[in-house]
Amino acid sequence: MSVILVFLLVIAGFAGWWLSHQRLMAKPWLEQGAIGDIIGLEGSALPTAKIGLGVFLAVVGCLFALFTSAYFMRMALSDWQALPLPRVLWFNTGVLVLSSVALQCASVAARRGQIDTVRLGLVTAGLTALGFLIGQLVAWRELTADGYLLTANPANSFFYLITGMHGLHILGGLVGLSRTTAGAWNGTPPERLRLSVELCAMYWHFLLFVWLAIFALLAGWAATFIEICRQLLT
Amino acid sequence: MVDVTPADAVPPAEVAEMELYHPHSWWTKYVFSQDAKVIAIQYSATATAIGLVALVLSWMMRLQLGFPGTFDFITPEAYYQFITMHGMIMVIYLLTALFLGGFGNYLIPLMVGARDMVFPYVNMLSYWIYLLAVLVLVSSFFAPGGPTGAGWTLYPPQAIMTGTPGGQDWGIILMLVSLILFIIGFTMGGLNYVVTVLQARTRGMTLMRLPLTVWGIFTATVMALLAFPALFVACVMMLFDRALGTSFFMPAIVEMGEQLQHGGGSPILFQHLFWFFGHPEVYIVALPAFGIVSDLISTHARKNIFGYRMMVWAIVGIGALSFVVWAHHMYVSGMHPYFGFFFATTTLIIAVPTAIKVYNWVLTLWRGDIHLTVPMLFALAFIVTFVNGGLTGLFLGNVVVDVPLSDTMFVVAHFHMVMGVAPILVIFGAIYHWYPKVTGRMLNEAMGQFHFWVTFLGAYLIFFPMHYLGLMGVPRRYNELTDMTMMTESAHDLNSFISIMAFLVGFAQIVFLFNLIWSIRHGREAGGNPWRATTLEWQTPETPPAHGNFGKELPIVYRWAYDYSVPGAKEDFIPQNVPGSFGSSREPA
Amino acid sequence: MAIALVLVLVVVGSVLFHFLSPWWWTPIASNWDYIDNTIIITFWITGVVFAAVVLFMAYCVFRFRHREGNQAAYEPENKRLEWWLTIVTAVGVTAMLVPGLFVWNQFVSVPSDATVVEVVGQQWQWSFRLPGKDGKLGTSDTRNVSPENPLGVNASDANGQDDVVVEAADLHLPVGKPVKMLLRSIDVLHDFYVPEFRAKMDMIPGSVTYFWFTPTKTGTFQVLCAELCGQGHPLMNGVVMVDTQEDYLAWLGEQQTFAQLSAPQQVGSAE
Repeated sequence: MSVILVFLLVIAGFAGWWLSHQRLMAKPWLEQGAIGDIIGLEGSALPTAKIGLGVFLAVVGCLFALFTSAYFMRMALSDWQALPLPRVLWFNTGVLVLSSVALQCASVAARRGQIDTVRLGLVTAGLTALGFLIGQLVAWRELTADGYLLTANPANSFFYLITGMHGLHILGGLVGLSRTTAGAWNGTPPERLRLSVELCAMYWHFLLFVWLAIFALLAGWAATFIEICRQLLT
Repeated sequence: MVDVTPADAVPPAEVAEMELYHPHSWWTKYVFSQDAKVIAIQYSATATAIGLVALVLSWMMRLQLGFPGTFDFITPEAYYQFITMHGMIMVIYLLTALFLGGFGNYLIPLMVGARDMVFPYVNMLSYWIYLLAVLVLVSSFFAPGGPTGAGWTLYPPQAIMTGTPGGQDWGIILMLVSLILFIIGFTMGGLNYVVTVLQARTRGMTLMRLPLTVWGIFTATVMALLAFPALFVACVMMLFDRALGTSFFMPAIVEMGEQLQHGGGSPILFQHLFWFFGHPEVYIVALPAFGIVSDLISTHARKNIFGYRMMVWAIVGIGALSFVVWAHHMYVSGMHPYFGFFFATTTLIIAVPTAIKVYNWVLTLWRGDIHLTVPMLFALAFIVTFVNGGLTGLFLGNVVVDVPLSDTMFVVAHFHMVMGVAPILVIFGAIYHWYPKVTGRMLNEAMGQFHFWVTFLGAYLIFFPMHYLGLMGVPRRYNELTDMTMMTESAHDLNSFISIMAFLVGFAQIVFLFNLIWSIRHGREAGGNPWRATTLEWQTPETPPAHGNFGKELPIVYRWAYDYSVPGAKEDFIPQNVPGSFGSSREPA
Repeated sequence: MAIALVLVLVVVGSVLFHFLSPWWWTPIASNWDYIDNTIIITFWITGVVFAAVVLFMAYCVFRFRHREGNQAAYEPENKRLEWWLTIVTAVGVTAMLVPGLFVWNQFVSVPSDATVVEVVGQQWQWSFRLPGKDGKLGTSDTRNVSPENPLGVNASDANGQDDVVVEAADLHLPVGKPVKMLLRSIDVLHDFYVPEFRAKMDMIPGSVTYFWFTPTKTGTFQVLCAELCGQGHPLMNGVVMVDTQEDYLAWLGEQQTFAQLSAPQQVGSAE
């Protein structure tokens, strides 16, 4: 359970940092008047939707941290046999990076009001994300064809489970992205469009980060890394 | 004294009229509503309905335990199905849903001075997915093989094997699917509760001016958002094991002389995941209760809550600590024995902030002006049962003391007292307290008194003696206690007594439900602020609050939530949105 | 007002119930009276706190109940009082935790002279295996389980041949000798629990767990399963008889070893 505990420690760090700016030591019964006006104690200046997405991403991060914890605990048992990673995963990683870059471009363009670049970025991001999903399916097919079936070994089960879970999140993101894209053509007000593109970009970058972490996990680098850390500590 | 701005110099808070959604038809107003208040009532009604099912199930269990062999229809399979569904419904579908989905939805926007939740559409989806989860759960009663009988902890391997009711039928699958749906639905609601507190507080409502109810619900929601994924992961992996034949949790097993296909998995892994959710869950239920009861006591004792800052820090501290105590549910699970040292220490440390909260509640009573209204009675009863159940937690948290007591009736008595009876008493108190705001009428006092006395004393008489059965060694989850050699004849009589009490307490709840319905039409008119309370929900221009909560202008908050009996003030309460300073000496002498 | 009286009655009733009711733990039959002592310490500390809090509440309700013209005091906090209460609580908690951890340390440190007994749980019965003359248990694996080899003993392990196998029958233990119970299951979770011994531990399929104790009284004790193991859970009773040394050896002499049990079956398969 160490992975999830480290993750929660990071969350607790954020929470602690935020709380430390909320004057929790104040004696509220001694303060009267509308003090919120003076010191920025009301909500954050960030758009509410972004805060909402941020909280949601923390939950998603928690989910994957827990899968990782379970992965390491199950890995320690004797019947574990790592499976060879299909080469296509490298290609998929590249495609997903491309997708993130495209959305970042769209988001910069939205800030500058270049609607054509926004459209181009959104469509590229959507197509590359679809490409990533297809690539993941190809990887699944390769593995099954080579006899690495779901039930044959827990390493296989985890591979399908975690990549599947990540794919589902991408799929959910695609729904949001397609709505944003439709909005880019249907004349959503620029302010709204910009927010919605930025939200998509935020989600995309996060899922890219999750994918990189999963990739390192499934390739065994994460385990090696932790082993090195452990040796350094002892 | 920091009197920051003169009242008339403060511009009014913005009117967030633009953002507000407007219902166009009867359907969008009362059924597919995006108004948090309507959603709150939908959540509460659904939770109460499914809670009634769980209540009836508990009667079935007590019939069997109190009068063994009398009721043939309670077969061993049925008994295990009853205990499983009773536990799961009460913990997840009733308590969690009612505190967060019900009270959270109703009170958060009103108490922080917002017009609604920040994502009303997502909030509506949250309820409908919750309803779907409940329906899936209920459908398992009608599925072939019936609902699962794996115990609410759903421990593999038995949860998905033939020897357990529903293990190889639909029961366990529907249970897992229902939980997964619940978690998805909850996450949608939870995002709303958290972000509304973060972003939609009205002008002047700093964190340290929030009523403790909001602090409790807010912290509990944050915890739930981080803890429920663990249950989600456990459910998904168990669903894979059951439906697709993987071996996450399933070791090599010989079942009834036959080798199963599984191999190598770890049942302990499931327990870690389950309790990583399960322990915070206890506080997810307890923290809203802590918050609400603080406000009930303060309001009805006409005195500010004692040690507000300590109360806030304790809520946050308990919330954080509760993530590092989960394995105290696993002292005798066969995990590495050295974990026992760590988890016993963390568990007993958490007793300190919890004890501080108890002290502050009773110190609030000291030199108060205590009005013994029905909500206050329930709050007092909560303290008794919570202290009782919390103290027995010190037995079970202290690793070696847990060894003889775990899996006995002592555990059953402990957790019913501390997270069954105590939070339910708060829920009742809260309903008597806020019903006038929701409906505009008071609940009937006589029925309320009857409901209180039977529920409090009955519940205490059920669960206090039960500890001693556990001390004797009577194991939990036995539908037959007739062969137990260590049980004396009188212990069986005690079991019958407990059963009779359980029926009595159950019937008192029917009186309560009748009161809820009867008072909608026949209750005394309440007016806007019948308890003369300070918090914003009592200051709405209309009762029940209209759509948008606060009329044209949002209230501005000038003071904390506990200005009761301020020296020098005309009345014994000053609402949060009243400007100006009163009283000369606010520093305690 | 009634509530103040009832609160006092709750305290008085609970205390009287504790001391006067006939329901109490079974007479102990093992060395774990340390655990009983820790429970007694915990009862005293928690009992005092419970009585103090509820009686204080009762007094407040009585003394500060609403009467016409009353006004509550205004007291937002009292740092000193809160610190004192925190410290006193911390001391009380430590007074329970420290003895508890000491006893837990004993509980998990098995004495070196403890003899080994293996308990195997399955739905819904208990079986046992004792090491033979060599003093060692042979290895085992759930995959080896068959009608002829119900405990899954590894037939190729020489240490296992003289193991005494007690299938679905009573276990006997000699009085006064520490014994380490190795716990194993071949299907679901079970838990070997004898109320008089105080100790218990789950059995997990796929791994071996343990606890130890010294039986201090001869007699017959009921074994219960304390972890839900399917619908036969309450029927999963067994018997442990704690014997004098002579009786124990006499019983041991009547038991069959793994080799003896599997021998006729080998003849059968040769035909």
